[in-house]
Amino acid sequence: MRGFVRFRPGWGLLLPLLVFTAVVFVMPIGVMLWKSVHDPEVSELLPATKIALARWTDETTLPPPASFDALSSDLKKLVENARIGELALRLNREQPGFRQLIERSANEIHGDGAPLMETDRRWSDPSSWRLLKRAAETYTPRYLLNAVDMQIAADGSISRQDEQRQIYLRLFGRTIFVAAIVTGLCAVIGYPFAYALASAKGALRSVLFFVVMLPFWTSLLVRTTAWIVILQRQGVLNELLVSANLIGDNERFALIYNFFGTVIAMVYVLLPFFILPLQAVMRGIPGQYVRAAESLGGNPMRVFGRIYLPMTMPGVAAGGTLVFILSLGYYVTPALVGGRTGQLISNQIAFHIQSSLNWGLASALGTILLAIVVVISIPLSRAVAYGRPQR
Amino acid sequence: MHVSRLFRATSVCILAVGVHAAFAADALTVVSYGGQYTASQREAHYEPFSKKTGIEIKSVDYNGGLAELVAQVRSGSVSWDVVDVEMQDLERGCSDGLFERVDLDKLPAGSNGQPAKDDFLEGALHPCGVGSVVWSNVIAVNETAFSGRSGPRTIEDFFDVAAFPGKRGLPKRPNALLEWALMADGVEPTSVYDVLSTPEGLNRAFRKLDTIKDESVFWETGAQMIQLLVDGEVAMSTAYNGRIQGVISDDGKPLRILWDRQIWNADYYAVIRGSRGKAAAEEFVRFATATEALAAQAHIIAYGPVRRSAEALIDPEIAATLPTASANFQNALAFNAEWWTDHGDVVNERYASWLSQ
Amino acid sequence: MRGLPNFFLWLVVGTVGLFLLLPILVIIPLSFNPEPYFSFTRKMILLDSDGWSLRWYRQVVQDPQWRLAFKNSMTVAAIVTPIATALGTCAALGLRHLPSSQRSVVTLVLSSPLIVPVIIVAAGTYLLFAPLGLTQSLTGIVLAHTALAAPFVVITVSGALTTFDERLLRAAAILGASPVRAFLRITLPIMAPGIVAGALFAFATSFDEAVLTLFLAGYDQRTIPLQMWSGVRDQLSPAVLVVASLLVTLVSIIMAAIGIQQAIFHRRSERFGRRPEE
Repeated sequence: MRGFVRFRPGWGLLLPLLVFTAVVFVMPIGVMLWKSVHDPEVSELLPATKIALARWTDETTLPPPASFDALSSDLKKLVENARIGELALRLNREQPGFRQLIERSANEIHGDGAPLMETDRRWSDPSSWRLLKRAAETYTPRYLLNAVDMQIAADGSISRQDEQRQIYLRLFGRTIFVAAIVTGLCAVIGYPFAYALASAKGALRSVLFFVVMLPFWTSLLVRTTAWIVILQRQGVLNELLVSANLIGDNERFALIYNFFGTVIAMVYVLLPFFILPLQAVMRGIPGQYVRAAESLGGNPMRVFGRIYLPMTMPGVAAGGTLVFILSLGYYVTPALVGGRTGQLISNQIAFHIQSSLNWGLASALGTILLAIVVVISIPLSRAVAYGRPQR
Repeated sequence: MHVSRLFRATSVCILAVGVHAAFAADALTVVSYGGQYTASQREAHYEPFSKKTGIEIKSVDYNGGLAELVAQVRSGSVSWDVVDVEMQDLERGCSDGLFERVDLDKLPAGSNGQPAKDDFLEGALHPCGVGSVVWSNVIAVNETAFSGRSGPRTIEDFFDVAAFPGKRGLPKRPNALLEWALMADGVEPTSVYDVLSTPEGLNRAFRKLDTIKDESVFWETGAQMIQLLVDGEVAMSTAYNGRIQGVISDDGKPLRILWDRQIWNADYYAVIRGSRGKAAAEEFVRFATATEALAAQAHIIAYGPVRRSAEALIDPEIAATLPTASANFQNALAFNAEWWTDHGDVVNERYASWLSQ
Repeated sequence: MRGLPNFFLWLVVGTVGLFLLLPILVIIPLSFNPEPYFSFTRKMILLDSDGWSLRWYRQVVQDPQWRLAFKNSMTVAAIVTPIATALGTCAALGLRHLPSSQRSVVTLVLSSPLIVPVIIVAAGTYLLFAPLGLTQSLTGIVLAHTALAAPFVVITVSGALTTFDERLLRAAAILGASPVRAFLRITLPIMAPGIVAGALFAFATSFDEAVLTLFLAGYDQRTIPLQMWSGVRDQLSPAVLVVASLLVTLVSIIMAAIGIQQAIFHRRSERFGRRPEE
């Protein structure tokens, strides 16, 4: 009876937020994962063609005549519903030039009832039909492949993307690289600060705490803007150097809108996320361990390396994981200060959602990024959990 | 008590519906790029239209692109009526069914009696929209970078870092840039898009870009481009003529427009599919693309009118600064939005790849 | 012997402290620059009154775009904060009633919005919301912000409840207090600091959120971060620094308020006979 009573109010109170999170947070991610492989557009636009092409077995020859009739009637219907452009745009993404092929053929079929074969010679090429058949598949690996610089040919074979078009693997690599550098820098400069914060007392502790918390609470846009103001060519730092005659007016440093700018601004923005969990762990370490080791004659460096550092590793891991994962998905800062060489994968995701409208590719890039986050965070969170002192 | 509450609720509902209906009939939402451009539209198009018809115009700004249009049309909650779109978005959005078709036969004749279809520049009439202004991709030169010697005059000069040293400003999108690269490499304007359609031609354009890549600074927005030029961070940059002209005539900055092989583009008024005030929206499009309205706009901002008949109504001094002035227009290339719609995905990906290396 | 490492430690700490503080503080004087530049002019350094001006403050206050952005930001945050606080507080109370194995799983699910990279959430939310007509609408932004903000409330309220002794409730029941009365007089005061902190977090999260808003907002829904975003991307005028300075000042005031509030609760919790854990 008691168990029942205790069980019910718990879930009842949790339900609103659980449902809310499921709808507004889990579902969007689900939609994204789904859209990276699910692409029903062509099969919905060409239902008859899809059925007809399913019976086409020898793909080196032209498909059976029924397919031509099916495509003709599908195209005709699309012209009547004014949806032919959707198909044209969609297929053009598979192969440039298909937009005009589809629109011209469809209009001729609809207008003068011309036979499909006579509208364009590309219809007597089996490869055009293979492309249609591939595109009409409801589930497709093409976006995921595209997101790792691979491509799927009309005959179904998978190969590397043309060298000049390869970009996403490089950007994933750069994203991970930047995340690693940012995490490393945060660790190097954050550790001593966290130590000072953890061991300080009274007013000093309040001051140090304020120093971390002020940027932490300040708007991300403000913090990024601050670095632009400081580092840009006409910015505070360059002006200072010029007016001190350390550099000439035309020798100003390019400190921002590049890789360096992205890294320094991200370190700045993410540093509090490293310091705060680490100092919490440090405060939990009883001072007597260190004192005991020192009283037993250990020199300070050895005591630090053998005793203190290992005990703070859970904090380093927690802060590092947080910084690393946040870095992987950072968008605003690289978009504003990244220039040409500081762009990360998030910028491409935004580009394909907002500008190119290639939502399948955007979903695939997001899916792979999510997979990277999961793969990286599981072992790290284990490390954090194992390292946590048991009480 | 209950009855009165019910009554109150009902009357509020009726009022709301009434306001809504009135809104649909007497107001239009016209969407454009904002800033000085929208200011010119407000003065030359919106206000005269409201005065003439009594239909109020609500001006909304957007950042271009089709994402917001797609969201509205696909979800069925359309809150816009008329959109100012550039050529490539019009072409693509038209294919994608985002716009109402325009009845081009209903467009008024030019002020000189020329029928509309002869009066408009080629390409300015589209099944989904009517052109309003011609703007142009040009090279802008910072004169101070070449003081005391002769500055660059041609597209070839822009790509010649040895003869004309100094940083170049390049856009983060390849549009118009690839065309210039080919022309600087000796391709005739008339065959640019044919060459660009071949893999060898595309490679050739990128090879040409490679020669100035190390000397280049990249910009994303028009304001950044201006900033680079005015701060002297680049000696010259690809640019939009209207913004440069504004900085020259309003702020007196030492910039110069290089009209050689300008690549002209146009903005169009299009009616969004599902617009609640479709008839009024069409009337607005006809009004705003009439000769007088276009000439009035050219006096406010340095974009050329798409109607040939408008030139006669424009102050000659202003007319000389427009991309459509005959001296500037001689070897102009028309931006091929169809080509970009067909090849944009591949070319953008390749350009992004080139940029990231 | 030990003086040397200590000296180095404090040198490093001082440098890192400057690194953390200076960028934020540097923008405040620059927002009073009468010229559209980002450097300290001679007159500013000499504290000449001509070198300082409220020009950009006036511009921001009069600019309809900044006004609209401020209105939108306040509207969204004002709706998000109570919803997120209510949802989060209920969930935190509910979590206490679960066996610990279930609790850790549910906590992980509820706090996942804090871990998953925001660009992924933004892309997914856009794809889900666009066909529903929830893009270019404040409703969509409110929903998305609430999902990001509620986990903070769960965490802070749960934190406040960790030291809560349930025997207090039983004692209250024995003494004849109704459950509602016991909740109001015992549970609520103990949760209060967590709720206040959570609400602040929720407000700040919504007010500062840029990525989801960037995807979901149309031009009319632009918020302060979006207006700053386009200010930085388009024309970086000191007007952006004005808003930045105002936000920094606001944050400083809130932090001071939290400090005072904590000091008060510190004393009040001592009245309950427990020592607050840090």
